[in-house]
This record gives sequence, structure tokens and C-alpha cells, in this order.
Amino acid sequence: MGFAGKTALITGGARGIGRAIAEELAAAGATLAIVDVLQDVAEATAAAFRERGVEAAAFVANVASPADVERLFGEVMARFGKIDILINNAGITRDNLIMRMKEEEWDAVIAVNLKGTFNCIKAASRPMLKARSGCIVNIASVVGVMGNAGQANYSASKAGVIGLTKTAAKELASRGITVNAVAPGYIATDMTGKLSEEARKAFLTVVPLARPGTPQDVARAVRFLCSEDAAYITGQVLHVDGGMLM
Amino acid sequence: MSSPAERVREIIVEQLGVNAEQVTDESKFVEDLGADSLDTVELVMALEEEFGTEIPDEEAEKLTTVGEAIAYVQKIVGG
Ligand SMILES: NC(=O)c1ccc[n+]([C@@H]2O[C@H](COP(=O)([O-])OP(=O)(O)OC[C@H]3O[C@@H](n4cnc5c(N)ncnc54)[C@H](O)[C@@H]3O)[C@@H](O)[C@H]2O)c1
Repeated sequence: MGFAGKTALITGGARGIGRAIAEELAAAGATLAIVDVLQDVAEATAAAFRERGVEAAAFVANVASPADVERLFGEVMARFGKIDILINNAGITRDNLIMRMKEEEWDAVIAVNLKGTFNCIKAASRPMLKARSGCIVNIASVVGVMGNAGQANYSASKAGVIGLTKTAAKELASRGITVNAVAPGYIATDMTGKLSEEARKAFLTVVPLARPGTPQDVARAVRFLCSEDAAYITGQVLHVDGGMLM
Repeated sequence: MSSPAERVREIIVEQLGVNAEQVTDESKFVEDLGADSLDTVELVMALEEEFGTEIPDEEAEKLTTVGEAIAYVQKIVGG
């Protein structure tokens, strides 16, 4: 069991890709701190893990709030005593064309996706620096590299996450902490469930593997980056997109 | 209980992984004790934790020797 004795904190872990990442890490023995704004869903997810004998607890926090994040890390440290793995997965979309995009839509997406990732890296760096080890994986997106009409806020936030990933990797490398990003393409989740049928079809025409990805496709890449097999990999963006970006 | 100065020296020994004999008031963190930029940040964080205080960045930047760190802490905790 590769992650036995390790604690993984997963933001947005209540459902979707975050939950699938929790599954993959728990299957390899990790203890789970499931963090989400959706209290009921997070608690149900944590309870489902505990029923199967996985050590797991739900924590409610808005990653966009530094105060929330500070309290969160205090609670997780008090509960589990350490944080070995941080997965910055919490993310939102507020799509609109630039001409129509409201300030609130821009700000909300940047606050959760980019600032939220920064807040959690900052909070995690203290215990990880002390431990002289740690693994951080940030969930970016293919659109952070390619752009996407209607997603100025989201693509900017994800491009920001990629820059942040590389800087954090450089700052923390000398202490044995790796920081990488996984950039999913089109993955079937609640987030993409909101897309129209045409938009979904259009997406698939640009996916060489000709199917939407599953949350598990993403989760396996995350598990790899957290494993000993990836010990010498840092500052990278691993694209899990069926070949959309080459 | 050990004095603030002793506690500061202990933290420096632990954080920088140096021998106690190397830690004199004149020792410079970077030049003499081999600290890199992360070490100095961690050192400041360890001092903040130990003495329950927040050291502003502009003050932290001025702490380049062991003696300066001790003097700063003594000023805060008195003694
Ligand atoms: N689904 C895709 O096709 C796709 C593609 C590329 C990247 N991604 C990224 O993958 C990640 C997960 O997406 P998903 O598809 O599972 O979405 P999702 O909406 O199903 O799950 C996201 C989770 O994050 C939580 N969350 C939202 N805001 C939060 C906040 N401020 N603080 C804490 N938790 C918060 C939500 O409650 C939800 O449980 C996101 O970062 C997303 O941008 C998804």
C-alpha cells in the first residue's frame, strides 16, 4: 500500500474528480481529509469511505478565504497530525463571452481556482517544510494552455495555476516537496454536465481518443504524481485529455 | 527555564542543523551558518511560534546575525 500512513487533503473532494482522486489515494492506503463547501455531500462522501474502513473525515471550508483555509489546516493537523499530500482540486466555472462577462463572474472564478490554490499551498508549505517532504498536485485544465471561447476567467485562472505550480515547485524543491499540475481535458462530471449537447459533441470532435475522460482517468494520473514512482518529477503539467493538446 | 537568548540559539541550531559552538552572537545566518532563503524564512517562522509573536517582514529582513535575532526577541519578550 503505497500511501499507508499518509494523510491526503483534497479540496473539492466531495464529488466529481476530487472524489475519484480520494478513491485512488484511499485504495493505496491514504487517510483522507475531504474538504468542500458542500457540507452534506462532503460528509456523505467521508462516511462512505469510513464504512469501507478508510480513515476519512469531512471538513467544510471555502478555499477562497484565507481565514477559512488557516482554520482548515489547523483542524486537519489537529485531527491527523500531518499533511503529506495536498490536492488542489476545488474549482468553479462562470462562463460568458468577454463582452458579457460581469466583474463578479471574473472575480469568483479567480478567487476559487487561483487564489484558493495559492491559499492552500501557502498553508500546506509550513507542515511540509517541517517534514522535509510532501507532494502537491494542482488540478489545472487544458483550456489554461489552449484558451476557450466563453471561459476567459476560467482559462486565466488555470493558466495562473500552471505558473503558480512551477514557482511553488522551485521554492519548495530543496525540501523534498514536489509540486505538479494535472490538466484534464473534457471529463464527464457535474461541471461538464451543464454543457449543452452541441457543446459536448463539439468537444469530442477535438479529442483523438474520441470519448470523454472519466474522473478516474484524472485520478490515476494524480495518484502517479503522488507516488514514489514520480519522486523525481516536479514543476510539470501532466495532460490527461485524450490527446486534445499535443 | 532557559533564557530567551538560549532558546533563540537552540532554535538556530535545530533549524539550520549547525553545531552549538558555531552559533556566536556575530555569526551571520547566510555567510557563516550556511542558511539559504528558505532557511531564513523557516527560522523566522520558528521564532514566531516559540515566542508567540508575529515578526513583520521589514523587521525580519534586518535579522542577519544571531545577536540581532536575540536582541529582537529580548526586546519583545523583555529579558
Ligand atoms: N470536468 C472537467 O471536464 C474538467 C476539465 C478540466 C479541469 N477540471 C477541473 O477539475 C476540478 C474538479 O472539477 P469537477 O469536474 O469534479 O467539478 P465539480 O463541480 O463536480 O466538483 C468541484 C468540487 O469543488 C467544490 N468547491 C467549489 N468551490 C469550492 C470552494 N470555494 N471551496 C471548497 N470547495 C469548493 C464543489 O463543491 C465540488 O464538490 C476543478 O478544478 C475543475 O476546474 C474539470
